[in-house]
Amino acid sequence: MSVSTVTKDQFKAFVSALVGSDQKVVGVQAKGDKFAFGELIDADDLRLDYDVTILPPKKYMLPQKETLLQFEVGGAAQTVEKGVRKVLLGVHPYDMVAINQMDELFSQGEYDTHYMNRRKNTTIVACDVVTPSENVFASSMNTATCDKGFDILLTDIGDSYVVDAPTDKGQALVAMMDGAAEATDADLDKRKAVQEKNIADLNKHELECKPSYLPKLLEKAYEHPVWEEKARLCYSCGSCNQVCPTCYCFDVQDEVEWDLKSGCRYRAWDGCLLENFATVAGDHNFRKKRADRFRHRLYRKGKYVPSKIGGQIACVGCGRCVSACTAHIANPVDVYNTILETTELS
Amino acid sequence: MCECCNGKKDIYLPEMCTITKRRMLNGTELYMHIEKDSGEDFDYIPGQFVEVSIAGIGEAPISISSSPTQKGMELVVRKVGSLTKVIHKMEVGDKLGIRGPYGSTYPVESAKGRDLVFICGGIGLVPQRSFIRYALDNRADYGNITVLIGTKCHDMRLFREEIAMWEEHDDMTVMETIDEAHDCWNGNVGVVTTLIPKIESDLPKSQVLICGPPIMYKFVLMALAEADVPKDKIFVNLERRMKCGVGKCGHCQMNEHYVCQDGPVFRYSDLADVPEAI
Repeated sequence: MSVSTVTKDQFKAFVSALVGSDQKVVGVQAKGDKFAFGELIDADDLRLDYDVTILPPKKYMLPQKETLLQFEVGGAAQTVEKGVRKVLLGVHPYDMVAINQMDELFSQGEYDTHYMNRRKNTTIVACDVVTPSENVFASSMNTATCDKGFDILLTDIGDSYVVDAPTDKGQALVAMMDGAAEATDADLDKRKAVQEKNIADLNKHELECKPSYLPKLLEKAYEHPVWEEKARLCYSCGSCNQVCPTCYCFDVQDEVEWDLKSGCRYRAWDGCLLENFATVAGDHNFRKKRADRFRHRLYRKGKYVPSKIGGQIACVGCGRCVSACTAHIANPVDVYNTILETTELS
Repeated sequence: MCECCNGKKDIYLPEMCTITKRRMLNGTELYMHIEKDSGEDFDYIPGQFVEVSIAGIGEAPISISSSPTQKGMELVVRKVGSLTKVIHKMEVGDKLGIRGPYGSTYPVESAKGRDLVFICGGIGLVPQRSFIRYALDNRADYGNITVLIGTKCHDMRLFREEIAMWEEHDDMTVMETIDEAHDCWNGNVGVVTTLIPKIESDLPKSQVLICGPPIMYKFVLMALAEADVPKDKIFVNLERRMKCGVGKCGHCQMNEHYVCQDGPVFRYSDLADVPEAI
């Protein structure tokens, strides 16, 4: 399928038209001195030059709080269906990789219709990074660029975007872009230069091994002193979990209306760093120690989740946990490098 | 079901069931027999569990105590949290939701022809009873059956009439012990491990099945190691916080294993590299 080029003015006109259509449009916008995904009302507010968003776009597939069922108290329940179609504008490659991983996790084994319906109703317009964030290390995790999952990939080449639309949903959007022309070789060269620069530069923290080594490295690191050393400072606040694009653990709770007759069962984000994450009825906590919870997160990213998704490492190098952690201990690169320094790889 | 589900069902939607029998087994444990409102029977294998749901209160994982050779399903619920408190107030005819069965099973096939040794601590008897009853209903398939039951105190003993009936079987040995001596109790006193040397079956050749509180496994496994029982002949039934039951929510994870999917029944030799297990 051919790749197009649109000028930034033409692209803005397209976004305006999209915002005026019946599809819900979500895009990256400034929020104070940071950026966030939110419903886009005005095309002028879209900021594709952002560095990183506070929360990853996973919240549109796995919302912070999501109703699964509705019921009469003590009676039968019905599924709440997720029919709203939406377009996500401005998903960075590392977040796209994270969404691709979640797609696999929620569709494998027991098929999660709630997640998958939201995902199928979402059209994703990804964009290559323009401004590296202060803690990004996507280059280390091979996620500075992405090659699948999106319906459109935009690359900013100055006063234009190169538009790659590998899916029918993406092509339908390109058809709405007045002025879109086939990309010239010069445009494609510029795109290549942007992507090559990102592959080299999105690396504020440098992992000193290939990410594919991590499962093997962690086989030998279970009793490493780093877990205790770092976790001594851990507040068990779960911020690292909450901002992570690949964390998908959730809790399920019931909520009853004021009339005490009807209600809903919802799921909400949970975090394995929180103290009572593994506590069962009767107050037995199977992961009581902070160091054990701290280790669990890094093992999930580097070993446990990869074993479910063909070896893909479940840290995409967005750097959000590094920025969110008030104790400055969450940086996965720091931890993995510390282990590397003291562990021999075969 | 909408078009985009590809005809797939909602894995979080419980199926309505009715309580057909109930009685208290002791001060905290409620026995229930349930049947599906659809009229269909349950399809499960001993060792599995279900998520029990009451709309407005929540869900909890509960072990299946009956054998699939019986009609309906039997559950035993300890009054320990908000959901189970409500279940304890329910009467015959009341409705609850069920999802599942979920999880791995006891080795009902590969154990055929072997002696079975069940080591049960407290409420651990509940899921073990599923396989015990299954083995009794398929008696020719298995060798001698030995059941060791350890309970904290006399008042907490479960399924007393049934255990008395088991004791009548010629081809079955039942040994009980309680942790604390009691005026009404003439039997063994001490933890369940004290019964292990009394087992008459050839232990290293038997299939050993363990279920009990977390602390019990360590000591029972040490005693079995002393008795030269190979690790691949031992099965443990582990408890964790199985919140979703479908391998997604992460709460029951034990290193890389999701207990709701890979467990709750594990072959002990498969847990060598799972330090969070025991």
